[in-house]
Parts: sequence; C-alpha cells; structure tokens
Amino acid sequence: MSAFGAIVRRDVRVALRRLSEAANPLLFFVIVATLFPLALSPNADELREVGVGVLWVSTLLSSLLALEGLFRADADDGSLEQLMLSPVPISVTVVAKIAAHWLMTILPLIALVPVLALSYSMPLAALPTMIGALLLATPTLSVLTALGAALTVSLRRGGTIVGLLVLPLTAPLLIFGTRATDFGLHDEPAAGPLYLLAAFAAFALALGPLAIGAALRVGVE
Amino acid sequence: MELCARELAVWRGERCLFEGLDLTLGPSQLGLVVGANGSGKSTLLRVLAGLASATAGAVTWRGSKLEALPFEYRGDIAYRGHLDGLKRDLTVLENFRFHATIWRGRPEFDTLLEDVALTAVANVRVRHLSAGQQRRASLATLRLGTSKVWILDEPTTNLDTNGRGKVIAWIRTHLAAGGTAVVATHQPDELAQKGALVVEL
Repeated sequence: MSAFGAIVRRDVRVALRRLSEAANPLLFFVIVATLFPLALSPNADELREVGVGVLWVSTLLSSLLALEGLFRADADDGSLEQLMLSPVPISVTVVAKIAAHWLMTILPLIALVPVLALSYSMPLAALPTMIGALLLATPTLSVLTALGAALTVSLRRGGTIVGLLVLPLTAPLLIFGTRATDFGLHDEPAAGPLYLLAAFAAFALALGPLAIGAALRVGVE
Repeated sequence: MELCARELAVWRGERCLFEGLDLTLGPSQLGLVVGANGSGKSTLLRVLAGLASATAGAVTWRGSKLEALPFEYRGDIAYRGHLDGLKRDLTVLENFRFHATIWRGRPEFDTLLEDVALTAVANVRVRHLSAGQQRRASLATLRLGTSKVWILDEPTTNLDTNGRGKVIAWIRTHLAAGGTAVVATHQPDELAQKGALVVEL
C-alpha cells in the first residue's frame, strides 16, 4: 500500500512540475467545448440537446490526449523497467499511475463541466447526474486509454494509434453516459445507465490492470 | 540462491546473437560479460534480468523461472542499464526516497549522498545534473535496495576515476556480503578477481 501511495505521489509531483503539459488536455477540453456553441444555432433549446453529446465527446477526446502518453516518459527514462523489476506487482503500479493521472487531469476536467454546461444553457438540476455519470465513466475510460498507451509504449509517436485503438471501445460509455445525462436533463430516473457505468468501471478496474501489465511487459523488451 | 541460465539463445531476426549459453552464478560470485559492441552483451543482461525473453532456453533464480517468480523473490534482481531510471523532474533525494519505498530498502540517505559526493546537489532536480552525476545517483540507488543479484550494463560509463573506483568498491562489498553480480564491461581488468566467471560473446 505504501508503494501505491509512493507511485501516486511521485506522478502527481512530476505532473505539478510540468504543469503546462498537464494543463494541455484541460485547455483542449475548454476550447473544443466552447467552439461548438459558436458553430451551432444560438437557440437555447437546441443547444441544450446537443450540449450533452458535445460535452461527452470532448471529455473522451481530452482524456485520450491526457493519457495516451501515460507510460512513455517512464519508458524513456528507464523508470518503467525499474518498476517492472521491483517487488511491487505491475498491476499495482498501473493502477497507481492511472489514479495519479486521473486526479491530475480528469478530475479538474470534470470540475470544469458545470461552467461549460452553462454555455449550453443546461439547467443546474441536470448537473448532478452528469457529474455522477462522468465520475463513473472516466475510470473505465482511463483504463482503456492506459491499455492503448501500454500497447504503443515502444512507439515514438503513438498518439493517433491509441485513438484508433481506444475510441471504438468507448462507444458503450458514450451511449450510457449521454443516456444518463439526458434522463437527468428531462427529470427522469437515471439509475439504470448509471448502474451500468458503475459495472463497466468495476470490470475495467478489476481486469484492465492485468492486461496493461502484460502489454507493458512486451513493450519494454 | 543461484542464478542459472540453461541453453540460452537469442536471435534478432535472422541474426544469432548467442546460442547454447549456460551459466550458473552462486552467492559471492561475479560474472563478467565481455565482447565487442553489438555482440549481444546488453541483450544477455536484459534476458538475465527478466526484462527481455530469450528465443530458447530459460533463466532461473532460486530454481524458479524469471517470468514466474514467486512473490517473495520479486525484487531480488536489480538491473542498471543504459537508462538511469531516475525521474528527471524530481530531486536526487526525492528519487532516493521513492526508490527506498518501492524496493523496501534502507533509508540511509545522508551517508549515501555523502558517499557518492552528491550532498551538495541533493535537492537539485536530476535534470540539472551532469551525465556523470546522474550515473552516480542511478548506481547509488542500488545500495538503497536489498537485491541479491546486481546486473550492471557498463556501469562505469561517464564516471570519473573516483566514481569508477567507488562503483567497483560497491560491487566488491556486494559480493563480499554474499551477493551475486553480472557486469558487462569493456575493461574486465578493473573488476577481475579470483573465481570470476567470464562470458565472452
């Protein structure tokens, strides 16, 4: 457990010292989400309807941007091979790294959603459901992206390939996430899709780290 | 407590780097890997550390294969290759602390810093150190862990005479304490001692 904490602290500290890099996905998210209302009709009702989808897709793309290089810095400076030889099980390392990056990039992104939702004239009452759905969907999203990052760790520029690998797999998250948000928007019970998102998260967090560990082992060779 | 390689072979594409390599190293034994550039020294060391897989044959530590090492033997093997394994955005001391936590080692940072002449830069980010200082810091972390086998790929690269002597002294101490070491080097004379096993590639 102390090893888990140490890896999280290390990654958070490194991210804080390279704040401009950590902030990029966040800025990307804000820019994409604010460009859409400019391109769409200013009609509040229409904006509200498309807003849900736009915010979800922007979240998917920004978290992809945030996590596609999850293991590359560690592979380049040799700390990945050190972590693989260390007594710490590789799946613990993987979960710790994902947790650190989720804290540093995805959580601030979710914190910005209420502000951006205003530019789509979404009612405040719909926000708790949307935030809840995002909190449940982003861990799965992070695990999927980390898997793509692990598979491409030996490539110099893996960004686009990670997108091609991961984005199709995120379709269920998008479907149930937007469905839950829609229910919240129209004051209907959203428990169904939220439970499904929670189930995805449990599944991804239980099995994902094992797959990511195996992919990394191939990657460092 | 033996590191064994049996019938080890590594092919890179059509090229055979080595074949039918047998090796057994027990406590206090030193293995020296010598050979020209490109002869497969680094590959052999990575295979022995369990970071790369051999085309044929197997490496065992205490009787179990490296890829299926029981939990209590994990971390017995330490490896320092061409990459330093240090976080360049963290200070030397932060890197040491992290290493000691991960490898469940001894947190004797002050004496270690003094020993490697890095006390003055303990709170400087590794990024701002010279190549030689980075190398020193990287090799110093070996002494924070409790690994029984040290696998070192040209450990004295970038080091000055003083640093070189220090690393050689560490390897000797490690061997004297019952450890095992496998070192790839272009200057085998510096390290040569009685009973050392020389692998020529």
